[in-house]
Amino acid sequence: MMGATGLSVVLIIAVIVIMLVVIVIGGKDTISWKFLTTFPKDGMTKGGIFPALYGTALMVIIMSVAAVPFGAITALYLTEYARESSWMAKTVQFAVRTLSMVPSIIFGLFGLGFFIKFVGGGMDKVFFGGQLIWAQPNILWASLTMALLTLPVVIVSVEESIRAVPRDLRDASLALGATKWQTIRKVVLPGARSGILTGTILAISRGAGEVAPILFTGAAYYLATLPHSLSDQFMSLGYHIYIMSTQSVNVDQTLPIQFATTLVLLLLTFTLNFVAVLIRSKLRRSH
Amino acid sequence: MKETKIKTRNLSLYYGSKMALNSISMDIPEKQVTALIGPSGCGKSTFLRTLNRMNDLIPSVRITGEVLVDGFNIYDKNVDAVNLRKKVGMVFQKSNPFAKSIFENVAYGPKINGIHDKKKLKEIVEGSLQRAAIWEEVKDRLHDSALGLSGGQQQRLCIARTLAVDPEIILMDEPASALDPISTSKIEELIFKLKVNYTIIIVTHNMQQAARVSDNTGFFYLGELIEFGKTKKIFTVPEKKQTEDYITGRFG
Repeated sequence: MMGATGLSVVLIIAVIVIMLVVIVIGGKDTISWKFLTTFPKDGMTKGGIFPALYGTALMVIIMSVAAVPFGAITALYLTEYARESSWMAKTVQFAVRTLSMVPSIIFGLFGLGFFIKFVGGGMDKVFFGGQLIWAQPNILWASLTMALLTLPVVIVSVEESIRAVPRDLRDASLALGATKWQTIRKVVLPGARSGILTGTILAISRGAGEVAPILFTGAAYYLATLPHSLSDQFMSLGYHIYIMSTQSVNVDQTLPIQFATTLVLLLLTFTLNFVAVLIRSKLRRSH
Repeated sequence: MKETKIKTRNLSLYYGSKMALNSISMDIPEKQVTALIGPSGCGKSTFLRTLNRMNDLIPSVRITGEVLVDGFNIYDKNVDAVNLRKKVGMVFQKSNPFAKSIFENVAYGPKINGIHDKKKLKEIVEGSLQRAAIWEEVKDRLHDSALGLSGGQQQRLCIARTLAVDPEIILMDEPASALDPISTSKIEELIFKLKVNYTIIIVTHNMQQAARVSDNTGFFYLGELIEFGKTKKIFTVPEKKQTEDYITGRFG
């Protein structure tokens, strides 16, 4: 038994180490300030990844603007308003759990069907006389699709931190003649601040790395300009890695770019997760 | 004899189908200290919490009978529990200051009541801290976190916070049970001073404390009010055998 567990541990560590070493070695010479801040050139065989970095950042910002308030309100409902045994609360809990198990490609398809065809198509028909503006992939639909995918992360994280606010403090506020809403606003939410922050960071870290949901909903192969409207398409780091390694004119020649892009994405998500863990452990200690 | 401030009539409380209070009728006089004693689980804290409707927050609780404060039934449909709690303040067993500054803790209640004038708030905070006998200790660090205070100071801060809302009645649920003897005696002195202006009802496990601070004592046992009367009488010549057994330490 000891042998088997030992082997498993070694195997897992080996996989991580090999993966990191290969990526770092392959990418370290290519990464530079210039690589991060310039556009690709020569048919994407040279140059930097600025538009992919910019697109990913913009996408996660729009995603957070949608997912965080919506997720926080859902978490508030579940913790403060719904009775745990009620039909409604159970349904919402079930929906959140299910949402977190849905494969990401399904979110992509849903985004295509719902946001682009249905919402976008409807907007074009009603407001723009059938002109094709919103019924096509763009950064707004991609971000909203990604928001749906990351919603469970936000909800669970905020829920956990709201539940960690001691009953005593709510009682103290209510006993002073505060209404339930005043208590939530002035005691519960400030107490849950770090949980909300952790949830946001974890959602961003998840959203930054996902490719499938934005595949049909907004990510572009190559764009000569940055997106400057919500109806523009965008480039993203994850998708950039995918196309560089499968559809590039010369896969071998672009290998360093692929490694470097992967390294950037890894560093980004690692850093975000690390920050989230830090905040969470600080939160745990303070209660 | 002082006037009656709180009158309960056949007050019963159920957790689901389990009866926790059995038909309590009690007249609590104004501007005196009334102590509620009894063994753990006897219903004294539950009874205390019916007086500011804190039990409303527990979904399975059902209440029958009446609680009259100044002659009005607080369980009447028209009574807003939120307004009631401004009149009937509460201090809890475990001191529970907010993770805010000392000043903000005391200003919390007034702010919720819509007082935002800085000068007025300052007056209320200072006055409340003085009445809670903690002003001298904190006046130079009003903007430090309340969590940096000692346990006894935190509890007096919680009393100041309650006073800031200007209640008429203060409910205290074992306010000194987690404190050292010195902090406890400070709280007791404070209770003694406060009863000039407030009607105080205190739940306590400590019978010496009840004897020291209260004018009236009610003895609860298994959800019933066994005996209620002047503290002096209860502790010297109780009418009921159960009361005598409890205060002489034969059970509980």
